[in-house]
Amino acid sequence: MSARPIATTRSAAGMPTGRLAVWWLIASEIVIFGGLLASYIMFRLAHDMWSEQAAHTSTAIGAFNTFVLLTSSYFAVLGHKAAEEGDGPKAARYLWYTFAGGATFLAVKSYEWTTEILHGYTIASNTFWSFYYTAAGLHALHVLAGIIIIAIIAVAARRNEELHRVELIGIYWHFVDVVWIFLFPLLYIAK
Amino acid sequence: MLERIPSVIDVLVPQASTYAGDIDGLFTIILVSVGIWFFASEIVFFWLIFRFRKKDGVRAQYVSGEKQSEKKWVTYPHLAILLFDVLIVVAAVRVWYDIKQDLPPAERTVRVIGQQWAWTFVHPGPDGEIDTADDIAKVNELHVEVDRLHHYKLESKDVLHNFSVPVFRLKQDAIPGRVITGWFTPTKTGEWDVQCAEICGVGHGLMGARIHIETAEQHAAWMAQESPLQLAANAAQKQEEE
Amino acid sequence: MAQTIPADVPVHDEAHHEESFWSHYVFSTDHKMIAMQYMFTGIFMGLIGGFFAYAFRMQLAFPGVEVPLFGVVSPNEYNALITNHGAIMIFWVAMPVLIAALGNYLIPLMIGADDMVFPRLNRLSYQIFLVSAIVLLASFFVPGGGFAGAWTFYPPLSSTAEYSLTPLGSSLFVVAIALEFAAFLMGGINFIVTAMNSRAPGMKLYDIPMVVWMIVVASVLFMLSVGPLIAGAVMLLFDQNLGTAFFNPERGGDPILWQHLFWFFGHPEVYVVLLPALGVVAEIITVFARKKLFAYRTVLYTVFGTGVLSFTVWAHHQFVAGIDPRMAHVFTVTTLLISVPLAEAMFVYIATLYGGSISLTTPMLWALGFIATFLIGGVTGIFLGASGEDIYLHDTYFVLAHFHYTFFPIAIIGFYAAITFWFPKMFGRMMDERLGKIHFWGTIIPFNFIFIPLFVLGLAGQHRRIYDFTNYPDLAAYQPIRVFATISLLVMFSFQLVFFYNFFKSMFRGPKAPKNPWQANTLEWTTESPPPHGNWKELPTVHRGPYEYSVEGRESDYWPQNEPA
Repeated sequence: MSARPIATTRSAAGMPTGRLAVWWLIASEIVIFGGLLASYIMFRLAHDMWSEQAAHTSTAIGAFNTFVLLTSSYFAVLGHKAAEEGDGPKAARYLWYTFAGGATFLAVKSYEWTTEILHGYTIASNTFWSFYYTAAGLHALHVLAGIIIIAIIAVAARRNEELHRVELIGIYWHFVDVVWIFLFPLLYIAK
Repeated sequence: MLERIPSVIDVLVPQASTYAGDIDGLFTIILVSVGIWFFASEIVFFWLIFRFRKKDGVRAQYVSGEKQSEKKWVTYPHLAILLFDVLIVVAAVRVWYDIKQDLPPAERTVRVIGQQWAWTFVHPGPDGEIDTADDIAKVNELHVEVDRLHHYKLESKDVLHNFSVPVFRLKQDAIPGRVITGWFTPTKTGEWDVQCAEICGVGHGLMGARIHIETAEQHAAWMAQESPLQLAANAAQKQEEE
Repeated sequence: MAQTIPADVPVHDEAHHEESFWSHYVFSTDHKMIAMQYMFTGIFMGLIGGFFAYAFRMQLAFPGVEVPLFGVVSPNEYNALITNHGAIMIFWVAMPVLIAALGNYLIPLMIGADDMVFPRLNRLSYQIFLVSAIVLLASFFVPGGGFAGAWTFYPPLSSTAEYSLTPLGSSLFVVAIALEFAAFLMGGINFIVTAMNSRAPGMKLYDIPMVVWMIVVASVLFMLSVGPLIAGAVMLLFDQNLGTAFFNPERGGDPILWQHLFWFFGHPEVYVVLLPALGVVAEIITVFARKKLFAYRTVLYTVFGTGVLSFTVWAHHQFVAGIDPRMAHVFTVTTLLISVPLAEAMFVYIATLYGGSISLTTPMLWALGFIATFLIGGVTGIFLGASGEDIYLHDTYFVLAHFHYTFFPIAIIGFYAAITFWFPKMFGRMMDERLGKIHFWGTIIPFNFIFIPLFVLGLAGQHRRIYDFTNYPDLAAYQPIRVFATISLLVMFSFQLVFFYNFFKSMFRGPKAPKNPWQANTLEWTTESPPPHGNWKELPTVHRGPYEYSVEGRESDYWPQNEPA
């Protein structure tokens, strides 16, 4: 399809099509994480001894990653603002900062997991760790997908193309951030 | 009280527990309550098709259905359905409470163990207690005494199974790692099927057993014959003869 | 399907004149072509699912016999057949045909848009769906055979290879279902956003044809219910392959958790496929009764009510599964409550017939057949939703007959209603009415002869998923009833040949269809049959609701939505 269909340009609901779609995407993601976390919480309430396992997670690393993600979200906001003003190169620069935040998050996560696995805490060692790796892993996949899309959008934004996408990836990135805000206390702080 | 209502299930499967009649009565209550609505709807439906079939020169009427005078034809029936629903809920909850939530004290206890693909029934021996030396364990053969309140302790060794005794109208999943306790009181002597009602692998279709409901005398005789002490004595005697 | 888009039809984009076979039929982004892809894949999978039903019904009627075209059905094959029959019919037939094919075909045409809002996402959605179907079909041929633990795939049977004896089949089954969910999530987002944003100028919320509403609400229900099961599928895959123990009670897991995740999706899923079928019926009965839909808004509210309630009823599938007995009370109440909006929807449809001018064309027969048979499915559900009664009826053939009385009207009758109604638009030719009616009666009568006997077997205490009932002394005597049901099935299947003959003959040889053969109001009938790429030369504007039939004081008895007042 060479051109966008007219359907895409319409806005009967009063919201641009892209933004509407991102919100629905997030709605569908919320129930995926919701189902996983609800299962985790039900298990956790039934198993007191998990706190012993949870004590082996590193709150410091988790806190650092929280800080990194929050900062990267802030850059996404600045990027959106620049895109609204029509300044593509500036938006692209902020998007690359966001990208750096996401990449840092993943690097720290890899280090953290490597350490834990070397200490014998694998996905199969206990159901707490199963949840830990599954939930955080699913989230990390979202971060990975997010930074790939950010890079693609940043390249286009630098040429002042498709600037409305800066906002869309921003919404998604905030969502990824919020998921982490739930994961961090549930997996790290609750001991 | 529901057991006094005539039942259609009874024609196909005899009632052999104290609560079988309740479940059959509940079936009749629901059958009548929804049957009225079902036949009323279908009759009106077919009558409308016949009455308003296309005729030359007759135009359809313009009815929006949004006016109160029109909508009442749908609103009143659906409020009435709500009333029937309440009736069904009350009856269903009562039956459920008696069978599944309430647990009257036991006179006998049997242990029911499901595994791929057989049932093991651990009966109390002459001492009337399970988990003692004179327990009688049988595969695919459950012996109970009529008019005694039995508890069953349901377990599974591997996957989910379901202990189903149609003549009792009883069904309960067996879950590995748990012991689920329920009850039944047989009311009729005879021999019937026990089925597994939760798919459990290749041999699910073969995982049937038989329940033998016996009078006190028959049961005592069976117990004497099968008790471990008696079996050991029999074996010893046999050896001597050889 | 060579004549789907005749060469002489003007198209928007000049480049499309030269498109190759591949870009036209396989990698098309046109919503109509993607709808056809979904539909034909769905029909193909339906043939497989039907063949499976034939094989296991033959085994049940004549245990141990060498089934023609299949051979002797072994116990494990029997289990695999019933498992995949269920999964295929729901996930690879009802979903792609009712939601994806109808949604793709109808939403843009009925709301006056030139395509879906995200055509490439749409194409990707179909491609992922196709992969999921291939993965499922592949799972039958791996060592150990296809998964054989019922379509609900309860662990530990599904999670542990040593119990299921299908080490690869179990994993591929879960992967196929997860891929299928991903495909429909993409499709669903597309449907919802298209219907929300791309309506023709002038089309207000209450001017949207009911079938579009229904597909959109169904997509929302799907999207909001499937999440936990996607998480569950990941957990199950990890249990199968990575040694985790989410559902393994020996190591701290809980098999009941799976049942909650599954049925939290599984019950709304019933409404996900029901609603599009209800929408199709609404379109058809209004056209052929020449009547305005009775109480449009009431229908809409009943749909919303059903949608919300459908999230609160899931545990009625688990009454005897070992959940807390007190929970059963709550779910009995919610389950019986959901009968109220659904009964109301049925009443509204019946009321729509009042004062009509009913012509019994083939699509109308299917639509009326839907109402008549779905009522049986609806009322028998009450027995199962009542906790006390479910103790006896759970997992018997009564359940099986009940949900076939809902799914058969939904997936099969709903499909035939839709295809006979929109065939002229889809393929530009008319179907044969006489063959259509033969097919209708040859399907609907044997259908009842199959499943009414199964209600009786269920009441007799016959349980599901057992490959030979003659092993059970109390059940062996009912063998003639099983033979009767199987023969009815064979009769029904043989009548499907009439449909396929009619379908393909009409596609190539049928009389050319005019733009609006049924004199219907909705927008898809205002363009060519079949519609060109881009749907209209000039996109329509909407002036009124979709069901203005037989308006007093007008010459003609219909009033297209796009006709200026």
